[in-house]
Amino acid sequence: MINILSSILILAGVFFYLAGSIGLLRLPDLYSRLHALTKADNLGLGLLIAGLALHSQDLFTVLKLLLIWLAVLAASATSAHLIARQARRQETDS
Amino acid sequence: MKTMTLHVFDGLLLLSIVALAWASLATTDVRRSVILFMAFGLVLAVAWGRLLAPDVALAEAAIGAGLSGALLLAAVHRQPRPLSPVSSNDSRHQGPNGLSIVVRWAVTLLSAALAGTLAWALLHAFSSTPHNMLPQAISGNLAASGVSNPVTAVLLNFRAYDTLLELAVLLTAVLGIFSLGQATPGYQPAGPVFDGLVHWLVPVLILMAGYLLWVGAHAPGGAFQAGAALAAAGVVLRLAGRSRIGLPDGSALRIVMAAGVGVFLLVGLSLLLLGRPFLGYPPAWAGALILLIETAAMLSIAATLLLAFLGGQPESTGVKAAAKQQREEISL
Repeated sequence: MINILSSILILAGVFFYLAGSIGLLRLPDLYSRLHALTKADNLGLGLLIAGLALHSQDLFTVLKLLLIWLAVLAASATSAHLIARQARRQETDS
Repeated sequence: MKTMTLHVFDGLLLLSIVALAWASLATTDVRRSVILFMAFGLVLAVAWGRLLAPDVALAEAAIGAGLSGALLLAAVHRQPRPLSPVSSNDSRHQGPNGLSIVVRWAVTLLSAALAGTLAWALLHAFSSTPHNMLPQAISGNLAASGVSNPVTAVLLNFRAYDTLLELAVLLTAVLGIFSLGQATPGYQPAGPVFDGLVHWLVPVLILMAGYLLWVGAHAPGGAFQAGAALAAAGVVLRLAGRSRIGLPDGSALRIVMAAGVGVFLLVGLSLLLLGRPFLGYPPAWAGALILLIETAAMLSIAATLLLAFLGGQPESTGVKAAAKQQREEISL
């Protein structure tokens, strides 16, 4: 039962990664690419970690996995903001 | 089915390592080359994980991909803007002149000879010695090493010499960095979003460094990984435009820089005085001595990596005060 549930979660996570990567390659401009990449990857990683957490032996591992997710969420949101802000500044300059 | 999938995964991993390495070398845009190099480091870390070497994977991800990437990006940032890719393409189309063809072939032949020799030596090493001898020797003596993580046992006990010399190499490197003179002033203060991240990320990184240092005794981790995490905290602080990035001033900085080699030597020499071999820990003390050496090594490694990122001596408050005093004297 746990195996099936975690497989579904991991597969859903992989789907979001795939969607994010396709978005990065196919979308027309920087802002929509950033949007596709960070939103899809954050959700994908969350689902992946939920799937892996079901397999972990103890609560400590679950907490470590959760910490990884939170760190990546904050880092990717911040870097997306910084990249977008920089791009916007260059746009207004030119 | 399971091994089949893993074989496919390993094959893809190998292909992407070679492709990323090639792409990183082949591109003419330095910034793109650095970013491809960081991706290469991350994929390499996954490969180390697949080889069941999580210690190396951690070190590769933290130092090879993370900090080296930050270092290289900082170096690219400092360089004057290179020629635009169009013009460099033009010079390529003009064709290399005679000398560069000779040099190119000579370098290619030399590299091929080196690769062949390495491959031959590796093959020789694998075929001539029974490859399970070393793990047996390690697991047989693990109980006396003071730690239960075999990697730490090798690095800090059985082959502590090697680690001592590695730290000496780092100390030499930091002396080279100091000879570059004063570091450039830092970046502009960050906006509220990045500053908010720094506020909680830096304490978490420091905590993580302590955890990695402590956990190294019985699980993957240790001084190098912990030092990299600590240095990352400093790098984040500098990128956010803080004037204080965690490096102590003046002589305290020099002590931290030399602490790894110093404590290592001190422990080794004290053991000699007590009639033990150099760095031959008594089993009862081994755990504590290893933790002591690793703590000092972590601080030295973090300081070295951070100074490498600064690319020179930090402008210490002592120097600033002296300069200010001098200026006042002149104006008087």
